[in-house]
Amino acid sequence: MNVLTDAWGWLTTSANWHGSDGIPTRFVEHFEYSVEAVLIGALIAFPLGLLTGHTKRGGLVVTSLANVARALPTLGLVVLLVVVMGVKFRAVMIPLVALTVPPILLNTYEGVRNVDPQLTDAAKGMGLRPWQVLWRAEVPAALPLILTGFQFAAVNAVANTAIAAYSSFGGLGRFIIDGLATTEYGEVAGGAVLIVIAAILNLLFFILLRRIFISPGLQPKKLAG
Amino acid sequence: MRTTARALPLAAALALTLSVAVSACANGDPLTPGPKKGQITVGSANFPENVLLADIYASALSAKGAKVGTRFNVGSREVLYQQVQSGSITVLPEYNGALLAYLDARSRATTTSEIDAALRAELPSALEILDSSPAEDKNALAVTAATAAKEQLAAISDLTPYAPSMTVGGPPEFKTRYQGPPGLKEKYGLEFRDFASLDTAGPFTVRALADGSVQVATLFTTDPNIVSHGFKILTDPEQVFSAQNVTPLAYRESMTPVAVQTLNAVSAKLDTAALAGMMALVRNEKKDIDVVADQWLKSVGLR
Repeated sequence: MNVLTDAWGWLTTSANWHGSDGIPTRFVEHFEYSVEAVLIGALIAFPLGLLTGHTKRGGLVVTSLANVARALPTLGLVVLLVVVMGVKFRAVMIPLVALTVPPILLNTYEGVRNVDPQLTDAAKGMGLRPWQVLWRAEVPAALPLILTGFQFAAVNAVANTAIAAYSSFGGLGRFIIDGLATTEYGEVAGGAVLIVIAAILNLLFFILLRRIFISPGLQPKKLAG
Repeated sequence: MRTTARALPLAAALALTLSVAVSACANGDPLTPGPKKGQITVGSANFPENVLLADIYASALSAKGAKVGTRFNVGSREVLYQQVQSGSITVLPEYNGALLAYLDARSRATTTSEIDAALRAELPSALEILDSSPAEDKNALAVTAATAAKEQLAAISDLTPYAPSMTVGGPPEFKTRYQGPPGLKEKYGLEFRDFASLDTAGPFTVRALADGSVQVATLFTTDPNIVSHGFKILTDPEQVFSAQNVTPLAYRESMTPVAVQTLNAVSAKLDTAALAGMMALVRNEKKDIDVVADQWLKSVGLR
């Protein structure tokens, strides 16, 4: 495959690993944009998911909101926002946040809502206040699902942060957009490979998070032998 | 990015299939009619400015009593060129630099006379170019009227002292092209603080220049946004951006001396400001292309 050898050639050219448009700089930018998108998304979606899941109310609103956000065409939204707001970082961040909100919102809502009622009843019976029930019983029990939501959000962010390059910003998308414009397909494929690597690192990070935070009783059981 | 990632290969494949199919059809297609006796067929590409120019040609020719047929919005250069080669289109408004790039991608001609000389050498004997008009639709650096007034800017060379504090915006490919920062650095010693990768003179670029996100942007000289936003195009005395003069490409056999004379008269009167003004009427004020074309011809006494 010609493109793959070109990509390899591009990735192994040392000049591409230095300077303000080198791979490390773009990688860090990509990481920053993605983390920011997930954090803003979490700020919006996590409390809303906890509230609706805990009270078991507003499920229709939550699912509708998440579906609308998911259906927004990311690239179209970037173009629209740049035309309306100008070439601002917000114009890129809003579409990315629209991609991180739905998985966090839905998984938190579903996770908390579906915690075994026996567990919450027991917690209430022990005299816990509603927010203590939430933090000490519902959230830990729902954590596997919640973390999966965050993981999806992070993968969405990492994969779609490439759009930042569409309106002059950095990140690994820069290689894809610039490579396409100059028909340097090795650069395009190399940029795509780097984004895949970023997504895999993201996956490993979440596997680690699960090991650390999920209560041992809820860890996936290892098969004997 | 999801949308593009899926749409791009599809669009590319579609475009490839279409262009192959179309060029296959145009090549020696028995259904493509040859030149019509005693008639001049004016063709145009499928974008408004080219239709406007073709309309001007057709209207000027019929005012001189020629029998004129029109085939507007035919398609891209690839398609049009085949049509004029077969004589089914007799004349069409071309841009000399772009036409030369199509015929000889390696040509390094940049000035109007270099390009026209190269074109005369490249074109097959059945085709000829008539006089190039001073009107050009080419890449140029633009600044806002406020910037131009404040720093007294008229030519690209005036930018030199200010460039280190300015960001220039353009399409991603502009950054590494010779007809971009590298050429500007070589010919004018311009070194911009930063380059912002935007779009090809589209809404991003216009918006970024208008709101000051970039101080200099690449636009096309006849872009109606120049008129509506009051942008100032900087002249390019060192010819970093190659010439794109509006030039009639004609099927030699069908051109009468009167027709040649008429089209040369049109070219002589047409300049970039006139073309940009007409495009502003068409695009910003939604005026009819025929009306705009006729109005201009009357204003220069060609109709």
